[in-house]
Amino acid sequence: MKLLTALISGIVFGIGIAISGMGNPAKVLNFFDPVGTWDASLLLVMGGALVTTFIGYRLLFRMRDKPVAEPSFAIPVSRQIDARLVGGSAVFGIGWGITGFCPGGAIPVLAIGYWEPLIFVIAMMAGIFLAMAGDRLWKGRNKPVPLTDSHATGR
Amino acid sequence: METVFTPWEALIGGVLIGLSAVMLMALNGRIAGMTGILAGLVPPFPKDWGWRAAFTFGALAAPAAYAALGGRLEFGVPVSTAAMIGGGLIVGAGAYVGSGCTSGHGVCGMARLSPRSIVATCVFMAATFVTVFVVRHVIGGV
Repeated sequence: MKLLTALISGIVFGIGIAISGMGNPAKVLNFFDPVGTWDASLLLVMGGALVTTFIGYRLLFRMRDKPVAEPSFAIPVSRQIDARLVGGSAVFGIGWGITGFCPGGAIPVLAIGYWEPLIFVIAMMAGIFLAMAGDRLWKGRNKPVPLTDSHATGR
Repeated sequence: METVFTPWEALIGGVLIGLSAVMLMALNGRIAGMTGILAGLVPPFPKDWGWRAAFTFGALAAPAAYAALGGRLEFGVPVSTAAMIGGGLIVGAGAYVGSGCTSGHGVCGMARLSPRSIVATCVFMAATFVTVFVVRHVIGGV
């Protein structure tokens, strides 16, 4: 059940990315180039996604106190704004600006017939793996905010 | 490389991305953040890797099926392979350390009005604008 629901959600995500152009590095990079070959499309992608999620989450949390296929909602509870958050995000932004790919943009175009997304995704997965390995080495000194742990409730 | 402004495709695609985020929360109780999902698909695999694999497979299979049936998606890569490899590494590491990317922070976290996500989104958007400016108008390409 929960595999099927995740699969369907993933299909909708993939179609959304493909239609929107978020998986096209040329288009993404042009959004970030207002003094050059600017293409404003991404503003509408992010705006459309944000407004839909904002309204959808509110309706959902008002109507239900648990999801359909799991015992509880897993929502990050940390409110700490630290160097990890800011530094990691800055580094991610630099990489997005170099490549035009973000993780959610690259996965849906992985198998549409081009080799560049494959190169990018392999490098990106290596980056995630190395960062996780780094965390384990540093364990205790600098406790990371978990991304993959179990359910925590709170909104 | 110029691209055409596509307001309707952008808006419809964006709404679908949002719908997917609401669906994954309603059905699986999860944030639809691609970095967090992918972080569960590298060793050491967490116990709940199954739904992550299913979401990722759905996300890549739908456009792949469209392309296999002869559909065409606009696609262009104006950067070198070396930049793709180096950039890919730092996208993965940065998004992991920063606890999220465009989907996790930019869509899901912003929609929850999470202070962390608002800060993260402002930081990575600013960094991306600066990087593209430097790459294109100072260095002249990578």
